[in-house]
Amino acid sequence: MTSKLLSMTVTETLTGLKNKEFSATELTKAHIEQMEACRSLNAMITETPEQALAEAAQSDERIAKGEMRELEAIPMAMKDLFCTKGVRTTAASHILENFIPTYESTVSQKLKDAGTITIGKTNLDEFAMGGANITSYFGPVENPWKSKTAPEKKLVPGGSSGGSAAAVAAGMSMLATGTDTGGSTRQPASFCGIVGVKPTYGRCSRWGIIAFASSLDQAGAFARNVEDSALMLKVMAGHDAKDSTSARHEVPDFAALMKQDIKGLKIGIPKEYRVDGMPQDVLDIWNKGAEMLKSAGAEIVEISLPHTKYAVPTYYIVAPAEASSNLARYDGVRYGLREEGKDLQEMYENTRAAGFGAEVKRRIMIGTYCLSAGYYDAYYTKAQRIRRLISNDFAAAFEKCDAILTPTAPSSAFAIGENSDDPIKMYLGDVFTIPASLAGLPGISVPAGLDDQGLPLGLQIIGRAWDEVTMFRTAFALEQAVAFSAQPELIKVA
Amino acid sequence: MSAIIKGETGDWEIVIGMEVHAQITANSKLFSGAATDFGSAPNSQVSLVDAAMPGMLPVLNEYCVEQAVRTGLGLNAQINLHSVFERKNYFYPDLPQGYQISQFLHPIVGKGVIEIDLPNGETKEIGITRLHLEQDAGKSIHDQHPSKSFVDLNRSGCALMEIVSEPDLRGPEEASAYLTKLRMILRYLETCDGNLEEGSMRADVNVSVRKPGGELGTRCEIKNVNSIKAVQMAIEYESTRQVEIIENGGSIKQETRLWDPTKGETRSMRSKEEAHDYRYFPDPDLLPLIVEQSFVDELKKTLPELPDQKKHRFMQTYGLGVYDASVLIMERSRANFYEEAAAGHDAKIVANWVINELLGALNKDGKTLEESQVTAKQLGALVGLISDQTISGKIAKDVFAEMIDSGKDPAAIVEEKGLKQVTDTGAIEKIVDEVIAENPDNVAAYKGGKDKLFGFFVGQVMKKSGGKANPDMVNDLLKKKLN
Repeated sequence: MTSKLLSMTVTETLTGLKNKEFSATELTKAHIEQMEACRSLNAMITETPEQALAEAAQSDERIAKGEMRELEAIPMAMKDLFCTKGVRTTAASHILENFIPTYESTVSQKLKDAGTITIGKTNLDEFAMGGANITSYFGPVENPWKSKTAPEKKLVPGGSSGGSAAAVAAGMSMLATGTDTGGSTRQPASFCGIVGVKPTYGRCSRWGIIAFASSLDQAGAFARNVEDSALMLKVMAGHDAKDSTSARHEVPDFAALMKQDIKGLKIGIPKEYRVDGMPQDVLDIWNKGAEMLKSAGAEIVEISLPHTKYAVPTYYIVAPAEASSNLARYDGVRYGLREEGKDLQEMYENTRAAGFGAEVKRRIMIGTYCLSAGYYDAYYTKAQRIRRLISNDFAAAFEKCDAILTPTAPSSAFAIGENSDDPIKMYLGDVFTIPASLAGLPGISVPAGLDDQGLPLGLQIIGRAWDEVTMFRTAFALEQAVAFSAQPELIKVA
Repeated sequence: MSAIIKGETGDWEIVIGMEVHAQITANSKLFSGAATDFGSAPNSQVSLVDAAMPGMLPVLNEYCVEQAVRTGLGLNAQINLHSVFERKNYFYPDLPQGYQISQFLHPIVGKGVIEIDLPNGETKEIGITRLHLEQDAGKSIHDQHPSKSFVDLNRSGCALMEIVSEPDLRGPEEASAYLTKLRMILRYLETCDGNLEEGSMRADVNVSVRKPGGELGTRCEIKNVNSIKAVQMAIEYESTRQVEIIENGGSIKQETRLWDPTKGETRSMRSKEEAHDYRYFPDPDLLPLIVEQSFVDELKKTLPELPDQKKHRFMQTYGLGVYDASVLIMERSRANFYEEAAAGHDAKIVANWVINELLGALNKDGKTLEESQVTAKQLGALVGLISDQTISGKIAKDVFAEMIDSGKDPAAIVEEKGLKQVTDTGAIEKIVDEVIAENPDNVAAYKGGKDKLFGFFVGQVMKKSGGKANPDMVNDLLKKKLN
């Protein structure tokens, strides 16, 4: 029973609950046990089993009364960047190690209201800054997948939402929240063989999500299949008066609308995404994906996104610039860590020196530099201009196609410790996800196959702004064609 | 002190520009729903946004935008339909976000102009450079603990308008006139209560000196000037200091200086080199602020008559001089009081009564016009009694004194005390005859050429009549009888 409870889809689970095949409490317990069995992955910063079981009991009452909600009792893991009322929220940083919010983020509240049960707060790169989940104050997260060729190596789950991706891949939760600033949901989904979706910028409220780079941050959804991710995103999305950048767009029923075929859809293949040094496996899977969509009735068209090569440097100016300002509030004055000093200046220095890790400090310094008098125009202003050009590239491309197919990441998961001495190399891991982020477009990563090490690789589908439906539709068609069934060897509950 | 300093090397002209921070009258803050009442218990008006808790986001208070546009219109300024909020980054304990949300390159209000009233009765136009919206900081309190400072965030996030003038002001008097007029406009518009003591209006003063008509000198910015008097004193001190330095062969360093009200001097706070690099950039949490022209047009329609318009109307409609008109329009409530009192009565006499008698009396009692026992209608009625010769101007002052104390109608007081003017020729003639009979020596002297004694006879008649005799009639009768 337990392993069955850990591998169902959302729809199957809701049906099973409704038919009393199992209770919400049994479902929750199974996932809590799996979470406990998987502790070595370090996917959780804070486990919340008592709260989860209490909520499960309430779910069982609702089910008994026939008052099931949209996602009743669905086990959820919450990225520890979402503020949760009464539950410690750290952003994986020492500076917020003991911070307990008195408020609940809009997105986590919506998920709660839809009936989901959060079993824990997941590990991440500190303040979501990283692509491998190795910058967390609480230590790195391990990917549940193992390389066939080097099974002794512990692999990264990707980042920054590595804990969430690992939790879903390892069966600890059925769904998990992520955030995506430059690829932080899509890239770990690719590394962990699951689905990860970032909606259009403005689709979900950012209220209560600890800010990294405000003009790029969006909530994301992890699931083990496209339909589950669509069901989850529908709950998360919608206008929020508390976030001025959240849009007043209607939220379509993504899951219902994605199931029509893709005959006649034009799928764009950007020629600039064939970057030097990309592994053959990645190229092969990309080509195969395009073939599959073609077989399903889509038309494959080559498109050009000429400013792609500037995307990563542009991102690494815009995002740190915003972060340097967003993180100024962690000053030891009102909450969080404080390290005393002989005067105010020294208190600031001591607090922030002790509170932030190396990667966060690096980005604060880059951002501060880019915004400084004398450098602002050369860096920040120029980056904003290129950002506009990148947006224009996509706008032109979408004149010719309805969705864009690209690899999600230039590689599969690598070992913990690799690349970590070379920030530039690490930053290039986001080369395929960053452009859509800069343009505010929705993107989804769908598992598309395994590489020669037996590790999952994802393909990304980028949609037009506010057209998640076409994105999901294409992703669903791809998922059907790929029929990805590989799983990491699940850690068995003792 | 005038705009010119007489130095050893000749005349120096004082050049002043002002940056005024005016707290917007609004029930809630610029980007949060927290209340804005002055004087509440520390940290009792702080929302999660104001305390910059993780994940909190600003949401613009539309009413504050309305107030800024209203103010811009009152300053005869251009309203920018597209403006941008930017972050001004610096660390300070009373700045929870680590940045102030302000407007930098694209303010909501552009160039404008206001007219100031100078003590000599002349007016002068002063250019407004811009007005922008920004958040206020909290307050650091340093005197509550030997080694720690306390922070009160009640003010954190309150909406401010920063109003910047062109360097058009010359000397402390003009600076004072500018602040007075600006405050008056804000109060007319009800966009700021203009309360300097509570800090809802604060001024930074940029001072430089130059040879008259020459190139602008290097300026110093003076902070912490919390009253109009302090502004004048600080300008006097600072301009004299600058002239002394230059005349002794030195040069002025651009810097920020602090006014010390107890020592009566300015002192260096930070030099240009030490100035913060605020790293302004557009706030990504807020979209550019777009204001529709129709919104501006609608607000324009609801604008009250502004001080200068009112002043000119008072001069034209009521035939008042510029001084009287300026005094009467100082407060909207005062102008309204005047107009109500003047309705149907001699407007010039009413103006004198409001300015010289009523405001004088209230001032003596430390009362405001709103606390006045005498209503506008009553004051008008009193003037009416003078005009229709029911009482003399002199008696009117006694009646007025009674009105101030009791709040009674002037007619009732006149009736009660029998103060009605005597206009019966026979009665007055009788008194005149008595006075002439009682003062034969003076009559002889008067007739012998001592014309000045006429006043003596008038005084005696008035005295005998208890002040009630009609003075014109007394004059006529005396002249007739003595000549």
